[in-house]
Amino acid sequence: MSIESSLRQPGGERDATWRWLAATVAGLVLWGLLYSQLIPFSEWIVSVLPVERSSHLGEAIAFLVYDTPKVLLLLTLVVFAMGIVRSFFSPEKTRAMLAGRAEGVGNVAAAGLGILTPFCSCSAVPLFIGFVSAGVPLGVTFSFLIAAPMINEVALGLLFALVGWEVALTYLAFGLSVAIVGGFVIGKLKLEGWLEPWVREIRAGALELPDEQITIVDRLKAGVEAVTDIVGRVWMWLIAGIAAGALIHGYVPAELMVRIMGADAWWSVPAAVALGIPMYTNAAGIIPVVEALLGKGAALGTTLAFMMSVIALSLPEMIILRKVLSLKLIAVFVAVVGTGILAVGFLFNALFH
Amino acid sequence: MKDVKILGPGCKRCDAAAEMVKTEAAKLGIAVTVEKVTDYAAIAGYGIASTPGIVVEGKVVHAGGLPRQDAIAGWLRA
Repeated sequence: MSIESSLRQPGGERDATWRWLAATVAGLVLWGLLYSQLIPFSEWIVSVLPVERSSHLGEAIAFLVYDTPKVLLLLTLVVFAMGIVRSFFSPEKTRAMLAGRAEGVGNVAAAGLGILTPFCSCSAVPLFIGFVSAGVPLGVTFSFLIAAPMINEVALGLLFALVGWEVALTYLAFGLSVAIVGGFVIGKLKLEGWLEPWVREIRAGALELPDEQITIVDRLKAGVEAVTDIVGRVWMWLIAGIAAGALIHGYVPAELMVRIMGADAWWSVPAAVALGIPMYTNAAGIIPVVEALLGKGAALGTTLAFMMSVIALSLPEMIILRKVLSLKLIAVFVAVVGTGILAVGFLFNALFH
Repeated sequence: MKDVKILGPGCKRCDAAAEMVKTEAAKLGIAVTVEKVTDYAAIAGYGIASTPGIVVEGKVVHAGGLPRQDAIAGWLRA
């Protein structure tokens, strides 16, 4: 709905629309003011502490004090924007777009829609069954399920904030590639018979939901809800991650990092992937660590592989999906996605050596 | 007596949606029975792809995320 049409609505609703728009603008101005004061603020904090700025501890504290508010601010903005974008999408609409799509095109569309469609891991199982039973090919469904948790606004926003837009874009491109190719390969393997039997029997078809009227105010509210929900959930991880990053910054010697995570240590890529699977944290916890590792000379490919493995191949998600997938199918899923991540890691280390 | 079903595996939002329906029904003075459907096969049978889903008198009216309070009133009155 356009701004004009919603402003033509009856009095009370029109006032509410203006109030929300004004509050949003005020919020953005306040955000800008806070953001512009970050460096003076953190320099001041560090200067009043009785610690030498150039000491290990001083380095670590400066990193912690500067990065925490900066990252929280950027994360809030990105999550708010993404909450609004996502209010235009829903799993049901995505499913309608994907149903009956040929493989190939379908995998590309599914990976892209995986980024934009609102998705929470608690509805991964209904989504999986809902997609497959309505005629979305298995491989296309997997492209969606690989992309949705791996490429999210928290991961991209934090990479952008902490490491720079080049790495954020790289992560996006390679995440999409892994999701597209991984889903395509799973589709080619024709594993429909490896679903749990009761899943195969469901033939519900896709339900057409009546369109709910969504106004601008609803979309802004969706942005605010996304912020309270996501930022409220990840801030602890984020601070823990920044603290871990601060320790690496202050204390881990660079030569050690280059030796174990540098581009010359070929075995470090598979080791990073293997290490990432049992580790479960969300993007918020891992990216500050990634930044610190990169700063100490770890190779970009190895670091990205580690990050993707931690986020995309997590044990809790596999346990949830076990309800609908046989163990064999989960093993194939891990093998395909793991191989994709390995390829990304090696390719990157070779390209940016 | 209106029959309402909340479809969802038991996440926080599903409980919140059930509470919203009960509150709105009490406000409007409409008698309802709210039943939670948590079985994945049963949920899938309704043809939705996201939870919580809301079914009023056998008809799916909502799927995914919390509904709007005024929309609930519309479904209950219909």
